[in-house]
Amino acid sequence: MSGIPGALDAIPLIGLVFQLMGYLIENINPISATTVAVSVPIALAALCGVMCERSGVVNIGLEGIMLICAFVGWYASALVAGALGPEAPFPLFGATPALLIGVLAAIVAGMLVSLLHAWLSISARIDQIIGGTIINIGAAGITGYLYTLVSGQSLTGAGQFTPLGVPQEVATVPLVGWLLNAVLNQGPIGLTTIIIVIIFQIMLFRSRWGLRTRAAGEHPRAVETVGIDVIRLRYRNVVMSGALAALGGAWLSMEYGTQFQANMTNGRGFIGLAAMIVGRWSPVGAFGAALLFASATGLSLSITISPPSGDLGNVFSYIPSEFWDALPYIITIVILAGVVGRSIAPAADGQPYERESAS
Amino acid sequence: MTQDGPGVPALEMRGMTKRYPGVVANDHIDLDVCPGEIHALLGENGAGKTTLMNVLYGLARPDEGQILLDGKPVQIASPADAIARGISMVHQHFMLVPVLSVADNVILGAETMANPIFLDRKQARRKIADLAGRFGFELDPEAKVASLSVGQQQRVEILKALYREARILVLDEPTAVLTPQETDEIFGLLRRLAADGRSIVFISHKLYEVLEIADRITVIRRGKVIGERRPAETTEEELAELMVGRAVELTADRGESHVGRPMLQIEGLRVADARHREIIPGLSLEVRAGEIVGVAGVAGNGQDELVESIVGMRTPQGGKVTLDGRDVTGLSPRKMNMAEVAYVPGDRHRFGLILAFPVYDNLVLTGYYSPPYSRSFLRDDQAIKSSAERQVEKFDIRTPSINVPAATLSGGNQQKVIVAREFDRPLKLLVLDQPTRGLDVGSIEFIHRQIIAKRDAGAAVLLVSAELDEVMEMSDRIAVMYRGRIVAEMDGRTADKSEVGLYMATGGREAAEATA
Repeated sequence: MSGIPGALDAIPLIGLVFQLMGYLIENINPISATTVAVSVPIALAALCGVMCERSGVVNIGLEGIMLICAFVGWYASALVAGALGPEAPFPLFGATPALLIGVLAAIVAGMLVSLLHAWLSISARIDQIIGGTIINIGAAGITGYLYTLVSGQSLTGAGQFTPLGVPQEVATVPLVGWLLNAVLNQGPIGLTTIIIVIIFQIMLFRSRWGLRTRAAGEHPRAVETVGIDVIRLRYRNVVMSGALAALGGAWLSMEYGTQFQANMTNGRGFIGLAAMIVGRWSPVGAFGAALLFASATGLSLSITISPPSGDLGNVFSYIPSEFWDALPYIITIVILAGVVGRSIAPAADGQPYERESAS
Repeated sequence: MTQDGPGVPALEMRGMTKRYPGVVANDHIDLDVCPGEIHALLGENGAGKTTLMNVLYGLARPDEGQILLDGKPVQIASPADAIARGISMVHQHFMLVPVLSVADNVILGAETMANPIFLDRKQARRKIADLAGRFGFELDPEAKVASLSVGQQQRVEILKALYREARILVLDEPTAVLTPQETDEIFGLLRRLAADGRSIVFISHKLYEVLEIADRITVIRRGKVIGERRPAETTEEELAELMVGRAVELTADRGESHVGRPMLQIEGLRVADARHREIIPGLSLEVRAGEIVGVAGVAGNGQDELVESIVGMRTPQGGKVTLDGRDVTGLSPRKMNMAEVAYVPGDRHRFGLILAFPVYDNLVLTGYYSPPYSRSFLRDDQAIKSSAERQVEKFDIRTPSINVPAATLSGGNQQKVIVAREFDRPLKLLVLDQPTRGLDVGSIEFIHRQIIAKRDAGAAVLLVSAELDEVMEMSDRIAVMYRGRIVAEMDGRTADKSEVGLYMATGGREAAEATA
């Protein structure tokens, strides 16, 4: 460690900055594509959170829902693949019936777990933080246990979705090539996420559902008095949001990886919550924040795979690899600390709604 | 607009009964409203007015009774039912979403759609502008509700009803937070609505208001209809007696004040909120021993911040607060309490009481840590309870025992617990934030008498209230607060109510123009 100050002293800082910019521009394609990919589960978790919290239900069980769905999706697809035998994938995304059924199973599982959360927080009116924590702890335990049970079955698995792929000519178009590459060089779940962000944003601010959802998260009693069933609206939103977190889980075990691993969500659900807050509870904002958090991973992966040369490489060689692993979390904490207090949650977020003396 | 004669009432409620555990909120109430009629429902806080309207609006289910619309019996199980049948309600606490626009608030639940999914905001805006124009008021449909004055918010609530083509409009204490001028405007609007053939139920406990606006007045007390009167055939005195059940003094007799030395001096006080917006940009005020200074103002003009800065719940950014010649700026609430300052907070449930604690604990919340209530580290329950018994007696707190949780007491008795705790000792200053909000007439009289007694004993009293009537009745001097400043001060005995109202609404800008 004592070498670092010496090395820094020997290098003009300005030169280093230029070298870093040069390195970023040179590697913008892999860095941006990785960033978008890595942001997918964070963004989906954040979108799930937005859908819940805009209607007034806090959901910190995102991590657990994703983990369960990662397991269910992977296991269902493996079972189907085992039953059907090897099949030629569709030309697009390397999709097979097994993988598609896996995603479907994950969505169903996500909605069911969300239904549990909805019941706990809307009907049973238990503290929503505790409800979410129960789901997180339960999910880690149950999936870990089930995984050890099924890992003895020598499942071959159903493989994974593949990215759409972008022709070299498109990816190298000056100025916009990297952007097209980053957006299009994604698997089906990644592309769907981008589409969901846009649709969700429009729906939330322009549709009847969006208006009612936002009103229910701010002043549920006002919503009730104009004849809308707040309880039903919240149930519907929380259950629907489960499908979003489910896609995030399915991405982990079927698009990013090829199989389930114990605790593979690795905090992405919580980073998703941070993205939701930084993004001020709007879908586009949450996606932007997810990209910001993911960019740390994109950069660190790039540095690991193709380390920069010259002085910059020298400096980076002093930085332990653990630092790069920790970077996304550090960035999350720093940004969150700067934003919290200025980002305002829906007014009735986390408060169970009680009808006036119904009976 | 009264339409006598054989017409079928637009709304008729027969034998409405609603029981809650331990109390009959509505006991066989009959009420009818004709088309084009303004029918006032007069009663004290807690008499059962709001319950009756919640039953009508489908928010509560009646145990007995029948509702008829145009002579036909109907079942109303939810607000959606009520709205579908042309009943709309303007709630006492506005049912508006502050962060949404006027238009979004109006259409919520009855959205104008461009297609099955998306809203047609353009058409909604046009419809809102049309309606507002037709009934003679202006509202920007794009404005956020949070940026509107309470008077404007009330109009949004009425627009909501008109947008749903309500034929029967229920207004629950609509004037509680308005200035006199805003009240006049609302009354004009209600008359136009009645002339348009709509039926209006006007809920209030203010006698002069129901006499002014109503075609017919039904008085209820403790859940029962006590009588029905026409304004021309009755007087405030008679209505008051019907409402309370005994003859009442309509105005507190504040008596003569004997003003002494300056007790509370506030100089250049500056207070910012959590988001660093300056709510009070430099306020100066003096309250002397033996006088009641009433602070009038529309809610949200910095009254909460002022009170909290004086009693130590909020740290001012600048300025100086002096109590009897001693600088007390920024002292903690306990230090202020020890400096002989009493504080009655505006929200008794959040700040004044610990609802789950028994009455005797609530009575020593400010003094439990010192003798005689504690010795070394231990509480002296004996001393606490015997003092509690004495205060319950002295302050007429109606409670089954000192051991029941404060939550089980009525609002008036909860407030008396606070008053007993704060008043039952020598005092230099009383800081009172809406001390009688939501209380029955008996409790109000009692608390007002206690305040006057403290003043006569030489204490300075700062009385903050959004109820202009209370400020007018109690104050020796009136200070009007507008956007964090005192914009006018006048003698409490000679002040003109509409002049005070004008200062409340405009900060004196128009008042200055009028004299210029």
